[in-house]
Amino acid sequence: MFCEKVIELIRELHRMSDGQLPAFNEDGLRQVLQEMEALYEQNQSDVQEAKSEARTELIPSIKLRHCCLLRNQRCVIAYLYDRLLRIRALRWECGSVLPANVRFHMCAEELQWFSQYKKSLASFMRSLGGGEGLDITQDIKPPKSLYIEVRCLKDHGEFEIDDGTVILLKKNSQHFLPRWKCEQLIRQGVLEHVVS
Amino acid sequence: METQSYFPVPPGVAVEENFLSLDDILLTHERLPVRTECAFPRLGFLDKSTDTQDISEGTKMELPLWLSKALYERKRRVLSVELPKVYREGWRTVFNADPNVVDLHKMGPYYYSLGSQLLHFDSPENPDIAQTLLQTFIGRFRRTMDSSQNAYNEDTSALVQRLDSLEKVLFRSGQSGLNDFQSWEKGRAAQLTASTLVLNYRKRKLAEVQP
Repeated sequence: MFCEKVIELIRELHRMSDGQLPAFNEDGLRQVLQEMEALYEQNQSDVQEAKSEARTELIPSIKLRHCCLLRNQRCVIAYLYDRLLRIRALRWECGSVLPANVRFHMCAEELQWFSQYKKSLASFMRSLGGGEGLDITQDIKPPKSLYIEVRCLKDHGEFEIDDGTVILLKKNSQHFLPRWKCEQLIRQGVLEHVVS
Repeated sequence: METQSYFPVPPGVAVEENFLSLDDILLTHERLPVRTECAFPRLGFLDKSTDTQDISEGTKMELPLWLSKALYERKRRVLSVELPKVYREGWRTVFNADPNVVDLHKMGPYYYSLGSQLLHFDSPENPDIAQTLLQTFIGRFRRTMDSSQNAYNEDTSALVQRLDSLEKVLFRSGQSGLNDFQSWEKGRAAQLTASTLVLNYRKRKLAEVQP
C-alpha cells in the first residue's frame, strides 16, 4: 500500500508524546519523497494516455494516486510542523543554548529556524516594559520572595550573582540566592528548590 | 504544578479532522473493509490476494480510512464502505448492554473517533452507530472520571489499559488536576521544579550509557 513509509515518521513522533525530539529522519523523508515522485510520474503518463486515447476508465486510478500524493504531503507537513513545535518548546525548557545531544537531532534548516526563533523572541522581550526589556521566560510561577533556598544537584562551577560575589556551585552544597538568577538552573536540573 | 511548553496539535472534534494533528493522521490510517464499485486499472498490486494487473469491479479489500474517504462519492459509486465488526449490530448490542466491560483499547484504540468518521459514509445504520457511541461514552465516563480523580500516588496502568484514546486524554487531564491540587494543599505549588523534558532527556542518556 502507498503512504506506509510516511506513517512510520508520524509514529516515531507520536511515540515520544512528552515532547522529546527524535533524530531527524532524513532517510525516511527521502524515501517518502521518492514515492511521491514515482506516483506523480505514473499519474502524468496515465493522464496523457487518458487524454490522447480517451480512456476514461483510467480516471479512478489517477484519482487514487492523486489522493496518495495529497496524503503524503499532509503527513510530511504534519511531521515537520510537529518537530518545529517541539523545537520551540525547547527554547522555553532548556534556555537559549541547547544541549549537544538535542542539537545533534536537528537538521540544518531546523537549527536555522531555532536561531531565528531565538532572535525574534529576544527582540520581542527587549521591546517590552517601556524599552527596559522583560524576560518573559522568567517567573512562570508567580514569585513569593526575592531569594530562595537552593541545593546543588551536581557540580556546576563558579557562579556570579548581582553584587559581584562569586560562589562555587558544588554538589550537595546549599545556597540562598536571588530567585531570578537560579530559576533557569532549576529548570535545567542543576539546582533544586528547597521548600521548608 | 506542572508547566509544559510543548502542546501538540489537538485532534479534530467529532466528524472534523485536524490537518496537522498526529492523532488524526494515525486515526485515518485505520483500515476499513470496502468493496470496489468500479475498476482501478494498473493498481492490481495493491490487492495482495490476486496477481492480476487491475483491481476489478467488486473486489473486496481493506483500504485505510483516508483513502476511502477521499475516493468515496455519493453521486458516483466508486466504492462502498462496509462497517468494521465492532460497529455492527452484534457488537452494538454488547455495547448497549454494558459499556463498562468492553476493552476499548483492543477494539480501537480510536473507537469513538473512528465511529464518528464512519458517519461520512452514507449508511442506513448511521443513526444507530451515533447513538451507540454516545451511550457508550456516557456509560463509561463516570468510571473514567471517578478513577482519574481518586487514584493518587498509585500505579494507574491497570486503570488506563482498557480505555479508548479519547478517554485516556480525559483520564490524564483528570490526573494532572488531582496532582496539582494535592501539591497546592501541601504548599508545594510555588516550588520551582526541573523541566520534565530535561529530566526525560537525562533518563534516556543514562539508558544509552548502560546497555
